[in-house]
Parts: sequence; structure tokens; C-alpha cells
Amino acid sequence: MSWRLYIAALAGLGFCVWAGSAVVGAAEETEQKPYTIKDGKVDQHTYNGWRRYTESCLRCHGPDGSGSSYAPDLTQSLKSMSEDQFKETVVNGRTNVSASADNVMPPFGTVEDVMDYLDDIYAYLKARSDGVLGRGRPQRFEQK
Amino acid sequence: MKPRGYLLVAAAIAMPLSGALANDDLMKMEKDPNQWVMPTGNYANERYSTLKQITAQNVHELRPVWTFSTGVLRGHEGAPLVIGDMMYLATPFPNNVFALDLKHGGRIAWKYEPRQDPTVIPVMCCDTVNRGVAYGDGKIFLHQADNALVALDAKTGKEVWKVMVADAKKGATGTGAPQIVKDKVLVGVSGGEFGVQGFMAAYDIKDGKLAWKAYSEGPDDQLLFDASTTSMGKPVGKDSSLKTWQGDQWKIGGGTTWGWISYDPQLNLIYYGSGNPSTWNPVQRPGDNKWSMTIFARNPDTGVAKWVYQMTPHDEWDYDGINEMILADIPVKGKETKALVHFDRNGFGYTLNRATGELLVAQKYDPKVNWATHVDMATGRPQVVKEYSTGAGGEDHNSQNICPAALGSKDEQPAAFSPMTKLFYVPTNHVCMDYEPFKVSYTAGQPYVGATLSMFPPKGDNNLGNFIAWDAGTGKIVWSDPEPFSVWSGALATAGGVVFYGTLEGYLKAVDEKTGKELYRFKTPSGIIGNVMTYVHDGKQYIAVLSGVGGWAGIGMAAGLTKDTDGLGAVGAYKSLSDYTQLGGVLTVFALP
Repeated sequence: MSWRLYIAALAGLGFCVWAGSAVVGAAEETEQKPYTIKDGKVDQHTYNGWRRYTESCLRCHGPDGSGSSYAPDLTQSLKSMSEDQFKETVVNGRTNVSASADNVMPPFGTVEDVMDYLDDIYAYLKARSDGVLGRGRPQRFEQK
Repeated sequence: MKPRGYLLVAAAIAMPLSGALANDDLMKMEKDPNQWVMPTGNYANERYSTLKQITAQNVHELRPVWTFSTGVLRGHEGAPLVIGDMMYLATPFPNNVFALDLKHGGRIAWKYEPRQDPTVIPVMCCDTVNRGVAYGDGKIFLHQADNALVALDAKTGKEVWKVMVADAKKGATGTGAPQIVKDKVLVGVSGGEFGVQGFMAAYDIKDGKLAWKAYSEGPDDQLLFDASTTSMGKPVGKDSSLKTWQGDQWKIGGGTTWGWISYDPQLNLIYYGSGNPSTWNPVQRPGDNKWSMTIFARNPDTGVAKWVYQMTPHDEWDYDGINEMILADIPVKGKETKALVHFDRNGFGYTLNRATGELLVAQKYDPKVNWATHVDMATGRPQVVKEYSTGAGGEDHNSQNICPAALGSKDEQPAAFSPMTKLFYVPTNHVCMDYEPFKVSYTAGQPYVGATLSMFPPKGDNNLGNFIAWDAGTGKIVWSDPEPFSVWSGALATAGGVVFYGTLEGYLKAVDEKTGKELYRFKTPSGIIGNVMTYVHDGKQYIAVLSGVGGWAGIGMAAGLTKDTDGLGAVGAYKSLSDYTQLGGVLTVFALP
């Protein structure tokens, strides 16, 4: 049905949006790390990633990305999942329905509050997965 | 048995009983303690049984006598029904319904497996729960996740009719149990986290034709309010809802209706509550946001509201008002009263006159509740403490140590009332939170939340729940049993002097109705978020409960709700729930030897 095409088209749009907003970051000083952490405090993007994660992902993936009774622990998932795979999954969703599983992740390709901050969400979860950021609300360091 | 035979004939010719008769049937059946004929136990939502084979003296001899695996892993809320020799139960998504023949050891008499589009799964806020089926007019009524309301022939499981209540593409889902009142099937809607405009709907029990639909917010003709509709004893006047929203925000205003429904046949009124206004960010929706967070008393024939009472105007914490309304005739401040008692998510236990909606008592049923000092009895409004006002703090400000947390001092897990002790037995959450609202945009069918939460036990405590006895006439806790986790199971009070509830670790517990002293415990296969029920078969009393951890409670399961970044509470002793239990839906049935 045309609904699927519509999603796909908008998903493309979503990608443009995040690509556009992906220029900022702390990549210079930490090379390839999407986050910056100083004395246990995080940069604004990683902090915002925590907020947006809480908005759109927590209800299934649990507090601090640590999973729930019905969705995987993302701090584990991101140990093996690449950034591209992660983003592809968020944009298009995932369905695993069988006799023993009823797991469906919706496509977020059309959702502004996710697409606009996808880099931030990834940065936050990657920091959690790398074991450099603990649970709960991250503290921010001052940025200039 | 005569009425049952008649039902069979009626079903066979696909021309069921007249509405009045169906209701008369249920009015008799709800008084028969051998059966458990509605999700709420009876119309008053008492969850009390006059059965007394199992007593405070012999309950320690209780033991499981048979079990049944539902084959579904997600959170199992609600409870089975027992109608005559049949037990009926529904599972979480995919919402399979089983009819178990009690005469043949619980053999499956029939099974109904709906086909639903799995894209509904992630639209369900907090797990794919279902709070059970209803019975009436020889039919079993299932409210599916995808918003289908299905009438099944109770004898065969064959579909009699099916209607769509709401649209999952817009974020609406079905989780609540239907209730049968007169010739109508009443059903609400879930989706307060998706900007759904909440409503209660009534369908004709014979053919599923929509009789009325009453929204929680909007113009008067959508609310089904008229000149006689009152709040706090005064007419609400014209446009009582519209005046409290900015622009047409009411169209995505929440106020969903996923809780339990009670009914007073003498007053001819049904009672239920509405949930949070959408979004969770209060800055984005100025005004009182009526009639979210409201108790509704409506005429079941027309849907017209007789009275309303808004508990949390302009919600800033997600304190949904959907918890059950228990109808009890009790002394209130020394005067015999037809009362409605409601334990709200916001931590206040309310006692109202259920005929008039007059507010009689509003007291905290968890002493740690701090977001408001008290409820002003003249206006009915809570006196909000500025420090805990997430709206006053504003967007991007983290308000800390608010009690209770968003899941409330109690969620949907229903309390029980014993007409013998006149006490209410309440499963509670003992959890606080930090809450930071921020700006969000609305997309149909997507989360519309706009706040971050961190949850933890109140300062100085390490228990996340309590099971309490409450005097609703005075608004006082009589006794309180601490529990390591939130008590997320519906309670059952019995004439045997024993009160039952389940715990998240999976224990079925029996306690003394007068003291709360534990008399019995048994660890079922998984955490309990279902409601305890009782029935008689072949002259013997049984206790039954669904286990199968999940729901909101399951969200914190993998790692627990506590933060390791700070030292709030004595959290050292607190371990995550996954150390105690795993998923899996199982019915466990208990009896004396």
C-alpha cells in the first residue's frame, strides 16, 4: 500500500534533517567518539540525547537504555551494532513477531523529535554502552 | 441451570436476550459468590467475596492445586472470570481468549485467537497488557489492543459481532476491560502518551451499534454535558472544557479512560476516571485542561454527565485519574454515606458523596506525598508546593524529589473493600521522581510526552511499595505493610478475614484483615501484576491469580529504578527485579487440602 512508500519517503527526509544537524560535536578532541565526557560530565549533545531518549525510547527500552521486560538492553546492543545499523533501525523500525516473540519497534523516520536529535541519542547511548557514563540524569560541563 | 440454558438457546438463534434481561441476570450473578462474573468482582468494584471456607486460621494450609500457562510472555494484568463451570481469561497481545472447563480439570473448551496488525504493539504505552474480558447476555466481550471490541459466544467462542472503537494509527489502543451495564457494553480508550482525545463509549450488547460516546474534553455536545451537570455542587456552565485549553489543543488533549468502570443501579450512574492531559510538558498546555484527571458520574442510558470532579487541574506530573471508583456505604465523619472512594495516582485518597459529587475527604494515603500540602475542601483544588511544580520550574528545569512518581502512589491495580471491616485494602507504589519538562511536537501515532523522569524510593526508605488498610471515613492509614517493590496486583478481601494480593517478585500473599500480619505466601512462576479472585467449584473455594511480570512495572525490571549516580535513599539493599523473576504468563489456582 501507499502508506509504506509514504513512510519510506519521509524517512529519507528525516535523514536529511539529521544530516543537516550533525555538524556540531566534540569529535575533534575525542576522535570518532560521538560524545565528550570530562570528569564524569557530558557535553550538551549527549545530555540532550538522554532527554530525547527518555521522550521517545524509554517506555520500551527502559531507564538509561538498560532494557525492559519487552525490549533489548541498548547498552549491550550498541557493543555490536554499528552507528549506521543503529540509525537504520531507528528510521525504519524492526519487527520480530513469532510464536514466542511479539517485539515491534516502530519506524521513527517521520518523527521530528527523534530524527532531529538522532546523533544526540546515539551519542548518549554509545556513552552508556562504552561504560563511560552511569545511569540517571547526566551532568553537563560548561561549554563555550 | 435455567438461565444458562436460555442463554444457550438465545445464542444459537443469534437473537440474544433483551437488554433489561441481560442486566437482571448480571445483577443476580454478581451476588453469587461462587462465580466471579465481572472484571471488578461486582458493580461496586468492591473486590470482596462472602466466601469463607478459607479463613485466617486455616489459610496457612493453602497450596496450589492446578496451573495453566497462557503461552504469552508479556505483562498479565486483570483476572479470569468464572461463569458457572467455565473460566474465561484473556492474554496480553495477541489477546488470545481461553474458555477453561472447570468440570474437566481446566481443559480448554475453546480458544479465540484474534488476528491483529502487530504495528499496534509499539503504540501501547507501557507493555501490551489487557485487563480482562467481560460477560453478559451469553457473550464474552474482548477489548483488543487494536481497538476492536469483539463479542464472542460464551459457549463456542464464535464471533457474534465486532466493532472498531478507535484508531491505532492515531495512537489509540485498547487495554481496559469492558463493563456490561444494562443493555450496553462500556469501553474506554488508552493512549494518553500519544495525544488521543479520551472518551467512554457504549455499544448495544446485541449488535455492537454505538449508543453514545462521551469525550473527556471538547465542546459540550462531545462531552455530553448539559445544564444539569455539576462540579463541587455547582453547574459547570457552558464550554466548561473549551475554556480551559489554549486554542484547539483539546483535540489532542489526552484524558484517556483505561481504568475500571463501576455502576450504582439505584442511582443509575456509572463512574470512571480520565487520565493525564497530553503532553506531559505542562508549559505547552496552559489552563486547567478540563476534564482530564476527572471522576465522571454519567447516566448509562444516555451518557449525560450528572457530576464531575477534577482532582489534578493542569497536571504537571502525569497523575492519571483513571484508578477505580469503589462504591461503598460507610460512615463518613460519623454519618452513614453512599460514598465513592478513589485512590488517585496523585497520592490522595478521595471520599465523595456518589449521588451528588460532594467532596467529603481528601487525605494522603502515603505519608511521603509532597507535591501538594492538602486539598482545599471548598474549591476541591490541591495546594501545589511550588518547589515541586514542574510548570513553575519551566521547560528544561529539573524538578527534584517529587513524591509520588509519575506512576502514582497507586496505578490501575485495584484496591478491595470489605463491608465487614469497612476498610479499604490498597496496593501502593512508594516511589518518587525527578521530572524535567521540555518542548515536543505532535505527530499522529507517535509519543507525545515531553518530560524526562528518574524514579527512586523516597528519601530514607528502601521499599518501593506498601500494602495498606485505609479508613475512608476519616482518611487515615490503619496499618501498612512495607514491600520491597511496588505492589502492582489487585487485592481481594474475603469474609474469611483474609486479604490477598500479589507482589512483583511473584508471591501470592495472604494477610490478616485486621492487622496486616502475613499468614501465607507462595512464589508463583513470575511477578504478579494481575488481580486476585476467588470462586467455588464443586463446593470448594479456590483462589486464583495470573502471574506474568510486565507493564509499567516491567520497564524498570532489567536494571531496577534506582540511580547509581547519587545516594538517594538507602538503595544499597535494593536489587533489581530481574534477580527475582522472569517473564511468563501462568494462572495459579489455590485451595485448601
